[in-house]
Amino acid sequence: MFRDRSQPPKPTLRSASFAITSRALVALIGGYLSAALYTAAMARWLPIARVEAVMTGMLSSFAIYACVAIMAFAVGTAKRAWMWLAVICVPPAIALYLSIHGVGA
Amino acid sequence: MKEGLRQSMAWLHTWVGLLFGWLLFAVFVTGTTAYFQDEITRWMQPEIAGERNLDASAEGALAYMKTHAQGAESWTIQLPNERSVAAMGYWKEKGETFRQWRDHAFMVDGQGRKVDARDTTGGWLLYRLHFDLHYVPVLWGRWAVGLAAMFMLVAIVSGVITHKKIFADFFTMRFGKGQRSWLDAHNLTAVLALPFHFMITYTGLVTLMSQYMPWGIPAAYEHPADYYRDHLGAGEPPKRSGIEAPMASLSDMIRQAREHWQGAEPGFIAIALPGDAHAVVKITQDTGAAMGTRGETLSFDAATGAMRRLPPVKGGASQTESVMVGLHAGRFAPLALRWLYFFSGVMGSAMVATGLVLWTAKRRQQLPDPLRPHVGFRLVEKLNIATISGLPCGIAVYFIANRLLPTGIPARVAWEAHWLFIGWGGVMLYVFLRPPRRAWVEALAIAATAFLAVPLVDAATTDRGMLRSLLAGDLVFVAFDACMLVTAAAFGWAAWTVHRRPAATRHATRRGKEAVA
Repeated sequence: MFRDRSQPPKPTLRSASFAITSRALVALIGGYLSAALYTAAMARWLPIARVEAVMTGMLSSFAIYACVAIMAFAVGTAKRAWMWLAVICVPPAIALYLSIHGVGA
Repeated sequence: MKEGLRQSMAWLHTWVGLLFGWLLFAVFVTGTTAYFQDEITRWMQPEIAGERNLDASAEGALAYMKTHAQGAESWTIQLPNERSVAAMGYWKEKGETFRQWRDHAFMVDGQGRKVDARDTTGGWLLYRLHFDLHYVPVLWGRWAVGLAAMFMLVAIVSGVITHKKIFADFFTMRFGKGQRSWLDAHNLTAVLALPFHFMITYTGLVTLMSQYMPWGIPAAYEHPADYYRDHLGAGEPPKRSGIEAPMASLSDMIRQAREHWQGAEPGFIAIALPGDAHAVVKITQDTGAAMGTRGETLSFDAATGAMRRLPPVKGGASQTESVMVGLHAGRFAPLALRWLYFFSGVMGSAMVATGLVLWTAKRRQQLPDPLRPHVGFRLVEKLNIATISGLPCGIAVYFIANRLLPTGIPARVAWEAHWLFIGWGGVMLYVFLRPPRRAWVEALAIAATAFLAVPLVDAATTDRGMLRSLLAGDLVFVAFDACMLVTAAAFGWAAWTVHRRPAATRHATRRGKEAVA
């Protein structure tokens, strides 16, 4: 279904537009989601005053969003973009979970 | 793989640029004008003249509100900065929202007298258009602009990756070569001001980050209000005592603030519960006094005039935010730096415009028949013309409307804004009715004429025309009119160039005909 650009077989119009939509979703929604997760995780974990931790998370969020959006179109296939998105989102999700439910839970 | 990356980044850059290009052009153009927001407002209120005097206008505004707004919840005085003359005062009655402040707004000149200037939003309209848009709810406008800014950042990064010879192209400008020239112009405007483009996009997102990325707030605070209290150091609002107490001298509080700031001027005075024994006066430093935009706020007991407590010292992230927002708005910038901001903004507008034109220039040669392009191509081409000439034309019409709309008509402020969009919409309608090449020439010529008309209408309707202002040494009015003439000349030159150089299209057309034959 997804084709690597380095492989010659020409994708059909339909599979090409499906791949583009898929990558665009990773960039648009995935980018926002990962930025939000890192922002929230930083707000809870950074060992500085609360307002400063929140602010640090917000300030860095747009760089994270931009990197994820670039990644979505830079990797070889749309499937790989989704996999990378998962890899990026897991650490802050775990950090958030641990901070809300307690490290021992 | 490296070539593959470059290709996919080029693709991303092209389509992100096209999708957000028109909105980004509007954001760049209005944002650029906002660097001279105060000067534009001065031009749009020719009734206000003279020099600024902070103490006199603060006392004048206070005296006016003492007579007209007894018992209000708050009195606010926006003092003139270095580049403006008049102070603006407004009050809020109990139960009113801050959105209604305009109903009680008035201007006070440098001698403390209330002046009846024509009702206008001045440069402020263009500044608000820059991030709020118009005719749509503010929140929607900000989300649209934020999304465009976010993908502007993506376009910048992907554009840099796409670029093979970023340094060599810095010095390359080939004129009269069709698509190649548009690419050179796009590269030149993009690369020359690249640090500015990057800075302005990122800091722009930061200005509204608590709307765009608020998730850290509920993660760390139970009540969002506590975050804003920590962030802005606002403290608890005072409670009404019910006992009347006269206010101590405001000038003395301003003097204390100046002393505390080692001479920096105040910019904003907010009086909570004026006339009550618990009233509080808050004086905030002028946003132009330092690079960080969030100037310190000092609190005073209104009844005694004593300074209450010092605000807490800000942490690293808060100071970073303050400086980033300050860098974006450039309120600290002295005149030379302000012009550099302005020209960088012009470069940004030109970068977006040339990028949009490049999209069509590149595809025109690949069309099976350039005389009959497909509907998508035609739409992009027409929208390019309508935006690149139409929006500036609308701004010129806005300035003309400011001079021609009678004072005192109902909803004058709203009508000034309507005229901006009537001007823009008129050009758009016209463009869609004309063949593309003629549309370019004529729309650019219409914009040139509109800008040329601004100083003429000004001279005909006020006593502050260009010549008289020059004789009076009033450089703000002279510079404004001169900017209109330069913009008119630029659009006129562009119209003339397109008119005189039909070669590229003719060539393509001939090829197209041969292909058909």
